[in-house]
Amino acid sequence: MRKKALLLALAAVLVMCGAGFAFDAVPADKLKPGFVYIGPVGDGGWTFMHDKGREEMEKAFPGVKSSFVESVPEGPDSLRVMETFIRNGSKVIFATSFGYMDFVQEAAKKHPDVMFLHCSGYKRADNVGTYFGRMYQARYLSGLVAGKMTKKNVIGYVAAHPIPEVIRMINAFTIGVKKVNPKAEVRVVWLFSWFDPGKEKEATKALIDSGADLIAMHADTGAAPQAAEEAGVYVIGYNNDMSKFAPTKHLTAPIWDWGMFYKHYIGEMTKGTWKAGDIWWGLKEGVVGLAPFGKDVPEDAKKLVETEKARIVSGSWDVFAGPVKDQKGVEKIPQGKTATDAEMLSMNWFVEGVKGDIPK
Amino acid sequence: MEIIIPILAAAVRSGTPILYATLGEILTEKSGISNLGLEGIMLVGAFTGFSVSLSTGSPLIGLAGAFAAGVLMSAIHAFICITLKGNQVVSGLALTMFGTGASSLLGRSYIGVTIPGLAKLPIPVLSDIPYFGPILFNHDPLIYASWVLVGFLCWFLVSTRTGLNLRAAGDNPRAADAMGLSVSRIRYAATLIGGGIVALGGAYMSIAYNKMWAEAMTAGRGWIAVALVIFAIWNPGRAMLGAYLFGGVEAFQLRLQATGTSIPAPLLMMLPYITTILVLFIISVKKGRGLIFGAPASLGIPFFREERD
Repeated sequence: MRKKALLLALAAVLVMCGAGFAFDAVPADKLKPGFVYIGPVGDGGWTFMHDKGREEMEKAFPGVKSSFVESVPEGPDSLRVMETFIRNGSKVIFATSFGYMDFVQEAAKKHPDVMFLHCSGYKRADNVGTYFGRMYQARYLSGLVAGKMTKKNVIGYVAAHPIPEVIRMINAFTIGVKKVNPKAEVRVVWLFSWFDPGKEKEATKALIDSGADLIAMHADTGAAPQAAEEAGVYVIGYNNDMSKFAPTKHLTAPIWDWGMFYKHYIGEMTKGTWKAGDIWWGLKEGVVGLAPFGKDVPEDAKKLVETEKARIVSGSWDVFAGPVKDQKGVEKIPQGKTATDAEMLSMNWFVEGVKGDIPK
Repeated sequence: MEIIIPILAAAVRSGTPILYATLGEILTEKSGISNLGLEGIMLVGAFTGFSVSLSTGSPLIGLAGAFAAGVLMSAIHAFICITLKGNQVVSGLALTMFGTGASSLLGRSYIGVTIPGLAKLPIPVLSDIPYFGPILFNHDPLIYASWVLVGFLCWFLVSTRTGLNLRAAGDNPRAADAMGLSVSRIRYAATLIGGGIVALGGAYMSIAYNKMWAEAMTAGRGWIAVALVIFAIWNPGRAMLGAYLFGGVEAFQLRLQATGTSIPAPLLMMLPYITTILVLFIISVKKGRGLIFGAPASLGIPFFREERD
């Protein structure tokens, strides 16, 4: 009899989940969000910005007490960290790196009553949602500034790893550059590392020696801006405002505001309206944006950024709207079409105007 | 020439942190102690050098602080390996983990801070020599100091009595002991001073090369130095060549990319490591012993004074 009741209850739960019902409201003090970080909070970049978002969320919801574990490898260790959070009463887990994806799925299956949110992934479940930001939109805006500011029409780009995320950023940046300055080219140097200030600096110097008079970057430290400042070359940072490393030469930086997501999710969960889904927010919602402009950025560049931003925010145009050609001049996105999210997530070709190879 | 000069200058620049670490380790290993904690010591050196420079405003005091921190770190290693006769590999690895963790914990509040750091000091007259000037004599003082250190170590190990004693402690501690030398004292001194020199390599990263602190900023250079000691067959002069080769290959591949040449970069980056394996092979065939420079015969073996061999 009892068994039957249990089965019935289980079936009921399954049906409810399958139908994608919202989770029940959880009081703020019971949520205890647990954050799994890939890097150290002090990386000054990716994890640093997530943690800033976490703090922002705590400020907005005074009852919520969150905790985090930093430098968690993208392996079975991450599962262990999630299990520990749940044992300590966490009702929601934020996993903030792509490589946690399968471990999030595993944990979610074991704990259907816990809500999971995975940053930058694509596998979802009834209790697993995904979220990411359209950073390429902010990259495009920074490209407009770069195109206006280069004199020699050679822009250097210090890039970490040849993966779709980084390639997408280079492409969006280059589309921005070419819009205002069709003669300019973007030269890419790969570091094959997220984190090596020595190498970042040497790569910056190499680009400057080869003729670049403006540097953009996709790596985790302020070494490239510092090297640019020393050489007297303009620079566009990334992740957060890097003007501290280049006080006179920092033009702007595409930056993250993860607090938007965290406030949104915690708000929904305390109200009981959260449903697992996928959110990819951009300029419109304010998850990505530009750091304050440096003093050398001219008014017309600022104005152009504003009008282009308005165009993207209104939804009438997006960065990867056709026609977009690749390096060899082959049309990759035809006129009248815009790259889908899936296409953007697997981008493995450079747009016209990029000089450099994607190692295979 | 236009392309080669900046590459060679960059080779010197980016080879220097590895050079310091390698020189420190050569000194330590010649006395018979192997220290695999280089990465950790470098990081603590980088952190201490940065924080002391920041608070005192003097990069020189920062360097002194880094040296002292390196001495302290390797004192732990020396105590475990010489006094307690513990396993040197385990102790060295522990030192790396400790150094990585401690430096990132303490360094948290220094993220995003910059310092003026050590400025370039072009040597008058010499820096005007065509080709050689910009490659060799347009750097910061730490680079010139590393050349002095290379010369000093060669002279010290080959031509001085103390150097001979140090090599004896590393090659045949029993004989050194019979000669009336204190093997422990020699090994302690070599480990502590060697550790201090290694830490200077880390401080070079945070004071001269980059003028900032970032977690784990040495990014594996300590391990490259471990390999480089073998590559150099324990010869400080060859260590310098090797360090510049390692640094040069990196500078070269970055510049190749910047000019748009399509030679696969990962292939080039493998070169120094392949050479190291080759050298390892050659010295294991030739045994590599009995040389003034060369693998110390008792490397990594604790010396028990009271026991027979």
